[in-house]
Amino acid sequence: MLDFPRWKTIGIGIILLLGVLFSIPSFLTEKQFEALPGFAQAKVNLGLDLAGGSHLLLEADLDDLAKTQLSNMEKTVRTAMRGERGPDDDIAIGELSTDGGRISFLVRDQTQLDEARERLFRETQGAAMTGQRDWNIDIVDSTRIVLNPTGAGRTQAISQAMDTARDIIDRRVNSLGTREPTIIRQGDDRIVVQVPGLQDPQALKDLIGKTARLEFRMVDANADPNEAAAGRVPVGSEIVPYAPGEGNGAAFEVLRRQVMISGEQLIDAQQSFDPQNNQPVVTIRFDSGGSSTFARVTAQNVGRRFAMVLDGQVLSAPSINEPILGGSAQISGSFTVATANNLAISLRSGALPVKMEVVEERTVTPELGADSIRKGAIAGIIATVAVLVFMILVYGRFGVYANIALLFNIGLIVAIMAAFNATLTLPGIAGFVLTIGAAVDANVLINERIREELKRGRRIFQAVDVGYSEASRAIFDANITNVIAAGLMFWFGSGPIKGFAVVLTIGIITSVFTAVTVTRLFAARWLHKTRPTALNI
Amino acid sequence: MRLLKLVPENTNIQFLKYRKVAMAISILMIVASIALVAVRGLNLGVDFVGGQSVRVEFTQEMPPIDEIREKVGDIGLGEATIQQFGTDTAVSIRTALPDGDKAAADRAGRQLVDGIKKAFPTATTGSVETVSGKVSNELLRTGALSLLLAMIAISIYIWIRFEWQFGVGALFALFHDVALTFGFFALTQMQFDLNIVAALLTIIGYSLNDTIVVFDRIRENLKKYRKMEIIPLLDLSINETLARTVMTSFTMLIALAVLLWVGPDVIFGFTAAMLLGIFVGTYSSVYMSAPILVWLKVGPDSFIPRTSAATAGAERIDRNDDGAVV
Repeated sequence: MLDFPRWKTIGIGIILLLGVLFSIPSFLTEKQFEALPGFAQAKVNLGLDLAGGSHLLLEADLDDLAKTQLSNMEKTVRTAMRGERGPDDDIAIGELSTDGGRISFLVRDQTQLDEARERLFRETQGAAMTGQRDWNIDIVDSTRIVLNPTGAGRTQAISQAMDTARDIIDRRVNSLGTREPTIIRQGDDRIVVQVPGLQDPQALKDLIGKTARLEFRMVDANADPNEAAAGRVPVGSEIVPYAPGEGNGAAFEVLRRQVMISGEQLIDAQQSFDPQNNQPVVTIRFDSGGSSTFARVTAQNVGRRFAMVLDGQVLSAPSINEPILGGSAQISGSFTVATANNLAISLRSGALPVKMEVVEERTVTPELGADSIRKGAIAGIIATVAVLVFMILVYGRFGVYANIALLFNIGLIVAIMAAFNATLTLPGIAGFVLTIGAAVDANVLINERIREELKRGRRIFQAVDVGYSEASRAIFDANITNVIAAGLMFWFGSGPIKGFAVVLTIGIITSVFTAVTVTRLFAARWLHKTRPTALNI
Repeated sequence: MRLLKLVPENTNIQFLKYRKVAMAISILMIVASIALVAVRGLNLGVDFVGGQSVRVEFTQEMPPIDEIREKVGDIGLGEATIQQFGTDTAVSIRTALPDGDKAAADRAGRQLVDGIKKAFPTATTGSVETVSGKVSNELLRTGALSLLLAMIAISIYIWIRFEWQFGVGALFALFHDVALTFGFFALTQMQFDLNIVAALLTIIGYSLNDTIVVFDRIRENLKKYRKMEIIPLLDLSINETLARTVMTSFTMLIALAVLLWVGPDVIFGFTAAMLLGIFVGTYSSVYMSAPILVWLKVGPDSFIPRTSAATAGAERIDRNDDGAVV
C-alpha cells in the first residue's frame, strides 16, 4: 500500500491544491470577494441563523381552493347552459346546488339532457397524464346532472395553484427590495420563503398573507337595511362585511353577487394621495376590457354606489357622481402610506389563487447571527490548535502528517461547500468543529495499529504498510454508519439540521481522503527517502 | 522526543469480568432514564409542541427570572416558560399560541415581542420562532422516525458486514446511548428541540464508530485465535483497541469542550448532548455491545470457515452477487 505511482501523487497534489484555492474566497471579506474574477466567486452561503433573516413556511388553505374551484365551475355551468347562439340555444336549468363539494342541477327539459352533458364535457379537461378528467359528469334520476371533482383534477388544480402562488409571492417579496430571497415549493401544499437580512418579518407577512382578490361590485340599492340586518337580502345579492376600521360605523353592505370588474383586469396599481384630503390611496388602471366595462357600468349607474371588495371585505363604497371613462380609479380606505403601498404591490403582483397561512416562522437578527459566527470561529480555531498540539505530542512525525492532512481537510470541506453553493448553518459550524475532532480518528486508528505492529516485531516498512491496510477496514465501516446517520438527517431534517448533515457528510468523505490517502503518501515518501531504522511513534 | 502515551502499553484489563455488574448498572440507568422522561417529562421546545419562542438579550444586568416571568405573564398570553442559555445575559421566553384563527396567533406574536420591549427597554430580541401545532406535530413525528430509522439502518448494516449477533449488540448499545441522552434532558430540563435530534443522530453515528472498531478487532481475533475462549478474546480485543478508544474520545472531548466553553450559546444544548454522548457511547461499546456477544454465543464459527469446498463455492456466489449489485 505504500507504492504511489507518479500519476497518483500528482493527482492527489492537484486535488489538494484545488481544495486550498477554492476555499480561499470563502475566507475573504465582502470587498475582497467582489474584486475576484467571476469564475472564482463561489463561496459558502451562510444560513439564516448565521446571516440573520426570516424564514416563513406558508401552507395553502386547500378548503378555500376547493371552494374557489367549485364556484368557478358553477359559473362555467351557468355560462355553458346559456348557449352561444342566443336565447333559443339556452338550456333551462334549476335547483342548482353546490352542497357537499359537488354541483348538482336539474335540467327542465329531459330531451336536452344529453346536449347539456355534451356541453359540460367540453368544459372539463384531462387531468395531467392520469387519463382522468378533472370533473366527472353523472346523470342521476334521468333529470339531474351531478358534477364531481376527481382526485386527479384536485391534484392538478392544487399543483397549478401552488405554482402560480409561488410566482406571485416571488413578485411580492422581490418588490420589498431585499437581497436574494429564496422562494420554493415544499411538498404538495407549502411554500418556503427565506429572506436574508430581514429584521422585521411583519411587513413580509402582511405582504404575502394577503390574497389580494379585488372586486368591484354594485351596491344593491333595493335592499332594505332592516331586512338585511336580519340576514334577508334580495335574490342575487349578498351581505359583505366591512374590513376592520372601515365603513364609518356601518358593519356591512348588501352587494350584487355579480362582479363588475375583478383584479385580473388591472394593469397597474400605485400608492398615491387623494387630491381632496391628502389621504394615502391606491390608484389603479384597468386594461382595455376593464376600462370599457367600468365606463359602461358607471355611465348606467350614476347616482348609485359601488363597492370595492378586497378579500371578501368591503374597503369603501363610494357614490358614482359621473361616468368614469379614463380607465383608472382610486381605492380609498383608512390607509397609511405603508399599507397603501403594500396593497398596491399585492394588486400589481396579482391575487393569490389560494389563501396562504404562515405555519412556521423563524427570524434571527443579523447581530445574533454575527455573534454566533464569531464565537463559532473562535471555538473552531481553539479546538483545531488544541487537537494539532495534542496529535504531535502523541504521535510525533506521524502526528505532523495527520495535522497537515487535517488542515487540508478543512480547506477541502470549505471548497466543496463553496463549489456546491452549500449553506453553512449554526449546527453546521458545530459539525465542522466535530469533524476536526473526528477526522483525526482515522489517523489515531492507523497510528495505533502501526505501534502495535512494531511491538509485534515487524520491520518499520511493513508495520506502516500493515497499519494502513488493517485500519482501513474499520475506518471504512465506521464512516459508512456515519453517512447513514447523516443521510437520514438530511432526509428528515429541516433547514439548520440539513446544513449540519451536509457538513458532516462532506467532512466524512474528505477526511477519509486526507486522513488515509494523503498521510499515507507523506509516510511513503518519507520511508522511501530516508529508509529509517527506528520509528518514534 | 519521548511521545505521550495516554494508555500504558500492553494493558490487560479484564473488562468482561464486570460485565454482569456493568449490565445491571446499564439497565438501571436505562430504566431510570425512561422513568425520568415519564415522570418529569422533556422540556420540549416550540419545534415539537408549537408556540412561540423569543430570545431576549439584556445589554445591562439581567433582571431575576421571577421578575421576567411576572412581567411576561402581564402581557396576557398565559404562562411563559423561561429558559436560560449558557450565558447569563440571554433568556428564551416561550408561550403557547392562542387556539383558533391565524389572525389571533399573528396578533399574539406581535404582542409578545412588543410586550417584552415595553417591559424591558434595554433588552433586544435576537430571534423569534413561531411554529404552529400542525407543523410541530410533523416535526415530532419525523424526528422520532429518523432516530428509529437510523438505529435500525445502522444495525442492519452491521449485521450485513459482521454477523447478526453484532447487529443486536450494536442496536442495544445505540438504544442505551439514546435512552441515557433522553434521561439527561429530562433530568436537566434543558430544552429539547430539533438540534438535539441532530445531536442524537450524531451520537448514534459516533457511538457506532467505537463499537465498530472493537467489533472489527473481535472479528480479526476470532479468525486469528480460533482456540481462545470468548471472554479472554473479547478482553484482548478491547485492550488492543483501548489506546485508540481513549485517544479518539479525548480529541472529540477537546473539540466539544471548547465548543461548549467559547462556542455560540444558541447551540449549548446541542453541544452538551454531544459531550454526554461521547462518554455514554464509549462506555456502551465496551460494556453493552461486547457482553451481548458473549450471551449470544459468538464464536470462531460465527464467521464461516473459509477452507471447505462448499463454503468456498458460496463465497464465489457472494462475490458475484456483490458484483451484480455494484
